[in-house]
Amino acid sequence: MADTALDQLKRSGRVVVVGASLAGLRAAEVIREKGFAGSLTLIGDEPHEPYDRPPLSKQVLLGKADAERTLLPRRRDIDAEWRLGVAATGLDMAARTVKLADGEEVPYDRLLIATGVRARPWPNEAEGELGGVFTLRTREDGVGLARALNAGPRRVLVIGAGFTGSEIASACRERGLEVTVAERGNGPLVGALGGVIGAVAAELQRENGVDLRTGISVTALEGDSTGRVRAAHLSDGTTLECDVVVVGLGAQRNTEWLMGSGLGAGPRGIACDAGCRAFDLRGIVTDDIYVAGDVARSPHALFGYQFLSLEHWGNAVAQAETAAHNMMSESTDRRPHLWVPAFWSSQFGVNIKSVGVPSMGTEIMITQGSRAERRFTGVYGYQGRVIGAVTFDNGRWLQFYEKQIECTAPFPPPFTTVDRRPDGQRPIPADFPDPSVPTHGPTITLSGYSPADRRIATFTPAGH
Amino acid sequence: MAHGILSQILDYSSRANPYPLYEELRKTPVFHDGTGPYVISTYYDIQSLLHDPRLSSDARNLAATAGDPLAEGEDGEETALPPSFLKLDPPEHDRLRRMTNRPFGPPHSPHRVDGMRGGLKDIVTGLIDNLGDTENIDLVDQFAYPFPVTMICQLLGVPREDEPKFHVWADTLAASLDPDPDADPAERQRKTHDSRMELGMYLAGLIEQRRKDPGEDMLSQLAVGHGPDESMSTMELLSTAALLLIAGHETTVNLITNGMLTLLRNPDVLAKLRQEPGLAVPLVEELLRFEPPVQLLPQRTPLVDIEVGGITIPKGSSMWLILASGNRDPNRFENPDRFDPYRKDIQHLGLGSGIHSCFGAPLARLEAQLALTELARRLENPRLLEDPPPYRQNAVLRGPRHLRIACDGIRA
Repeated sequence: MADTALDQLKRSGRVVVVGASLAGLRAAEVIREKGFAGSLTLIGDEPHEPYDRPPLSKQVLLGKADAERTLLPRRRDIDAEWRLGVAATGLDMAARTVKLADGEEVPYDRLLIATGVRARPWPNEAEGELGGVFTLRTREDGVGLARALNAGPRRVLVIGAGFTGSEIASACRERGLEVTVAERGNGPLVGALGGVIGAVAAELQRENGVDLRTGISVTALEGDSTGRVRAAHLSDGTTLECDVVVVGLGAQRNTEWLMGSGLGAGPRGIACDAGCRAFDLRGIVTDDIYVAGDVARSPHALFGYQFLSLEHWGNAVAQAETAAHNMMSESTDRRPHLWVPAFWSSQFGVNIKSVGVPSMGTEIMITQGSRAERRFTGVYGYQGRVIGAVTFDNGRWLQFYEKQIECTAPFPPPFTTVDRRPDGQRPIPADFPDPSVPTHGPTITLSGYSPADRRIATFTPAGH
Repeated sequence: MAHGILSQILDYSSRANPYPLYEELRKTPVFHDGTGPYVISTYYDIQSLLHDPRLSSDARNLAATAGDPLAEGEDGEETALPPSFLKLDPPEHDRLRRMTNRPFGPPHSPHRVDGMRGGLKDIVTGLIDNLGDTENIDLVDQFAYPFPVTMICQLLGVPREDEPKFHVWADTLAASLDPDPDADPAERQRKTHDSRMELGMYLAGLIEQRRKDPGEDMLSQLAVGHGPDESMSTMELLSTAALLLIAGHETTVNLITNGMLTLLRNPDVLAKLRQEPGLAVPLVEELLRFEPPVQLLPQRTPLVDIEVGGITIPKGSSMWLILASGNRDPNRFENPDRFDPYRKDIQHLGLGSGIHSCFGAPLARLEAQLALTELARRLENPRLLEDPPPYRQNAVLRGPRHLRIACDGIRA
């Protein structure tokens, strides 16, 4: 049998994975699974081995789990060289090396980028550094916030009512803490699920004792003489006394280190093809650089080939598996990443799940259950087809709706269902905010540049 | 396609090994012989239908002409008590199941089942200690039956001394799910009805007493009721209690018996289980795939015309989902007819799926794991005296009526 380039790569090649979190770890495992015997390097800017993040906004804040003990389970031994606590700072595509913050350069034959996202910080840096002001993304964030909540603050302010902000508010209430949520949009979760569902989420928060203030923004944070936060100033002119502030303004993609590399990377992520191969700035696909997880932005056949960036746990796993498979396969054996977006959240005792891309939907129909009971299934429609679905405490039906999305079933659904109630007899506008108005942001970014961007900020023409 | 295959499946002579018939059936994934039910036998179709909100579990949605041979045996039930949540759709199903779950499982009672571990172990130990003549053990009568019945009584809070009464009613009611062609249907229906009435009266008395003097048991907690839902009406409570009682042991008996039969037919696995008790966990999952105690779910009914595999199934038709066939579908499982407790990919249909997936699953799993581990550990050189063993009539709740075994002794 001929000794192919792939055989050589598998036998003695060098694979580098930048990003040592969920996607990076899963990809590394699959790479070994596929028979890769060469050197495998995992680079991560955090000093920890890969850990799981969903518990950080849930069990950890409730004191039911320890942030230090959420290491991701290993599926197999990956025999990797770990470069932890050192960030990647640059990429030389021609020389095939990754530059590290400590000055070292790591050569690769195949590179996987899984650098994910980080929490968007409070825009005023000095205010953001006040004691008692947190974001929540890393394990340290989780430890710090859990400790601050343990100390029994008089009032917690959560800025932004996306999923993370709402989960934090839920944990605070469960611990009996006073909490105010300030949201610029007109309700919680509206970026991801629209105003109809946002209204249900708002009611849920208020019934659980959250001081929810919508249509409002925080203009400034004020510290006391010891440098701890003591109050927040709101856009309606009021001042709120609070001793813990959690900034939940969504996430930023970790792509700055690729500036000037020539890779098609920007604030919306790294563009790649359906097989997870990164594009360069000129729109030409690379063959040795792959992307997976929150930082990737890939076209999806089910959603009009829009480039989707997904901040979803399940997507990180599935995309990492596909990328790793393709890295270790001949071109004819590669497969596309066509995962149907799906996520879950747990807040105020309610299990919220979603599939598809609700934020593409223009209409919603409650096909099962009732919003008043907060147990229901909502189906999103886009141009006469089913494009997404959400369930509140009704997740066991979701598989059916996922199939409806996959087969581009008509909307509104022309059939009846068990548990169809009067308010599910007709579709209503889903009430998504104008995408050019900033909110905490959905967990799905639909296309390369938001209508608010108006220009391609990172585009640099090739040198000629 | 083989005509009359449904009668063959129901026929007692197929009971010991229905799997070749299921294989035949899978060649016609949506089988309909013109008058009877629409029979679904492949894994992916069953799995989707269990999550399909157009499918009802409520017999009241069944058209009068649906022609389901399994629907007949249960008339007596509806007259005595309202349908249990097993046979209801949301929202009624959800409400009742949710209230029943409060004292049973997470989030409100996360430790209930695990807390029963010690009690379960004691019962298993006691039953094995008393197996008697090791040359002739009937594992059903002496072990697989008394174990779960004792357990469900403890869980519900039924006094031990009432167990004999309980057993008689439970037997009769289980038999009602078991169409016996030789019995007089009117007589059988009368007996079923009487048993249900007597059981209902008995439970009503018990519930009344628990309302006044509640304990830690499930009946007390269901009778008192907590949480945002209103409490159950007395009739709902009776239906639920009867459901927990019957479903809470009828299936586990078969799971344990099928399990021991399978282990005795695979002595290498039995030997491994003896050395490696942790194997019990994946082994029970494989068992639920390989020999599921509930072979098929009858009485699913589409609320509208639905299409399955290119066939339109009319609204109101009766549908059967053959779980045991889906579990042996080669398009889903590699070497499906091989019993392999080390199988990695084991998303079986043995406990159903979707909103009606087995309520008692955590308890059933624990009971089977403990029972099989202890039997493997303590029986010295166990062997089958009869293979295949005599089966119960029932094609739905399939399992041996007796499992006669011998062994060289009982280890301490």
